Amino acid sequence: MIVLAPRADHLAIAARVFECARVLDVGCGDGALLALLRDTRSVDARGLELSSKQVGQALSKGLSVIQGDAEADLELFPDDSFDVAILSRTIQNLRNPAGMLAELHRIAPETLVSFTNYGHWRRRLQLLVKGEMPGRTPWHRSDMLHPCTAADLIKLADEHGLGVVAAAHLTVDDVGRFRTGGFGTLNWRADEIILHLKRK
Amino acid sequence: MANTARPTVETLQKLTLPGPLALDCGQSLDHVDVAYQTWGTLNEDKSNAILVCHALTGDQFCAESNPVTGRPAWWPRMIGPGLPVDTDAYFVIATNVLGGCMGTTGPASLAPDGAPWGTRFPVITIADMVRAQIGLLDALGIDTLFSVLGGSMGGMQVLEWAIQAPDRVFTAIPIATSARHSAQNIAFYEIGRQAIMSDPEWKDGVYLALGTQPGRGLAIARMAAHVTYVSEDALKRKFDRDLQDRDTNSFSFDADFQVESYLRYQGRSFTDRFDANSYLYITRAMDYFDAAAAKSGRLADVFTGSKVRFCLFSFSSDWHYTPREGREIARALIAAGTEVSHLEIETDKGHDAFLLEEPVFESALKGFLDASAVRRGLA
Repeated sequence: MIVLAPRADHLAIAARVFECARVLDVGCGDGALLALLRDTRSVDARGLELSSKQVGQALSKGLSVIQGDAEADLELFPDDSFDVAILSRTIQNLRNPAGMLAELHRIAPETLVSFTNYGHWRRRLQLLVKGEMPGRTPWHRSDMLHPCTAADLIKLADEHGLGVVAAAHLTVDDVGRFRTGGFGTLNWRADEIILHLKRK
Repeated sequence: MANTARPTVETLQKLTLPGPLALDCGQSLDHVDVAYQTWGTLNEDKSNAILVCHALTGDQFCAESNPVTGRPAWWPRMIGPGLPVDTDAYFVIATNVLGGCMGTTGPASLAPDGAPWGTRFPVITIADMVRAQIGLLDALGIDTLFSVLGGSMGGMQVLEWAIQAPDRVFTAIPIATSARHSAQNIAFYEIGRQAIMSDPEWKDGVYLALGTQPGRGLAIARMAAHVTYVSEDALKRKFDRDLQDRDTNSFSFDADFQVESYLRYQGRSFTDRFDANSYLYITRAMDYFDAAAAKSGRLADVFTGSKVRFCLFSFSSDWHYTPREGREIARALIAAGTEVSHLEIETDKGHDAFLLEEPVFESALKGFLDASAVRRGLA
C-alpha cells in the first residue's frame, strides 16, 4: 500500500484536536484525516461518508465509518456524543449549512471547519475586474452549492452559538499559524481557511 | 460416485447441552444436541473465538466441505488461513442452528418416544437458536466471543447475540440482514411453507416415520425463496430470456427457458440435503424475529448502552433484506450511542452477494476485524 505524506490541512486540524478526544469527521472521505488522528492523537475516531467506495476504503483502514447522508443522519446522534466535530471541505457542498452548524453545536462542544474563502482578494478582484465567478472549477461544473466568505461563515456560526477561538489560512500545500484575532484580514488574504469554533 | 461412501449426519461432531433449553414458546427441550465445527486454535485466555452463524439453508460447514452432502464450504472466500476471518489468528466456531437438520436437534431428530419429532417439535425462535449457541460456548468454556458474524438469518442471530449477551460479544458483524421480517418476507416464506404442506407426501409432518419425503413441495419452496436471493440484473445477466437446449419455444410446459431449468435444478438439488420440516420451523423463526419487540418497538432502545462494536454490511441490489433495512439498523445503533460502521456495497448480485466475490466487502470486513484485534490485544 502506498502511504502518502499527510496533507498540510490534515496536520493543521490534527494539531487542534486534543489527545484521546472523541472525534466525528463529517464527510470523512477515505478516512485519511481520521487515520492520522487515530495514529498521532489516539482519538476515538468516527466518520460519516456518502460514497460507498470511500466508506469501503475507510473501513479497510480499520476506521469506524457509517455510510450515509450527514444531513439526514446527524440528528440521530445523542447530545454531546463527541468532543470535536470536523467538517473538512464539506460545508459549502451541503443543502443546509445552517442546519449542519446547529446539529454540530448540539453533538460536540468544538467544531473544526475548513472551506474555500470567497472573500480572498483575488476572487474579489476576479469578479470586480473580469465580471466572472471566481473558483478553481468553472461555475457550471462546481459541486459547490453555497459559496461563502470567511466573514459569512463566522457570522452564521455565531448565530448558531459557535464562536471562533482561532483561525488559520490554508493554501494547497501550506497552512499558516492559527491566530486568535484579525479575522478580517484573513478574510482578505486566506485562499482557504480553517476555523476552530467553540460553543459560546 | 457412490453416496454410500459418505458418512451420515449422526457421525458429525456435536455436543449435548447439559441442562434443559428453555424456549420462547414456554416449553423446554432436554438433551439438545448442538452440531459444530471449529478451525484454528483457541488462545490461552480464550479471547480469540469467532462464531459464524449460518443462513436459512446453510450449515456448520462454512470453511470446509460437508462430508454428509459433499457440498463445498459455503464461505470459502471469507474464512481460512490468511483470509479476512483468519483461522491462523482466530478460533472459528460454526454451529448448525437449533431446528436444523445437520446434526443439531430439530424436527428430524428423535423425540423421547423414539419417533422423529416432526411437527410435534416446539416452534422455535432466533433467540432460541442463540440460546443453544450460548449453551455450546458455556460447555466449551468460552466466556466472550471476539466476534460474531453472519449473513441473512445469520445476521439475525448476530443481532440477537448483541441483545441477549452483550457482555459476551466484543464485536458483531450483521450482514445482509434485517431487524425484523417484512410483510413481503413473511409472504414469500408462507408460499414455501404452503408448498411443503400441500405435498401429499408431507403426511401432516410425520413423513419420516412413514418413510416418505415431500420433495416436490420442498423444491417449490426453495424455488420461490431463491428468486428473492438474486437480483433482476443478475438473472438478466445469467439467463435473460435465453432458451434451454432448443431454438424455439416448445409450446409446452417444459423448461423452455434457461431460468426455468436453473430454478428446477436449484429446487431438486435442495431436497437431497434439507429436511422439509426444518424448513418450516426455521422460516417461522425468521418470521417471528423482531429485534425491537422487547422494547416497545424502538430498536435504538434495545441497544442503548451497549459496548458491542458493530460493523454492518448491506448490498445495493438485495431485495430480500434491502439496504434500507440495513440503514434502519445502523440508524438505531447510532441513536443508541454505540460504535457502529455501515457499508452498503454497490453490486448487482442481490442478496446472495455476501457469499460471492465482493472485494470491497472482504477488505472492509478484514479491516474491521484487524483493527478490533489490535484493540482486543490479539494482534
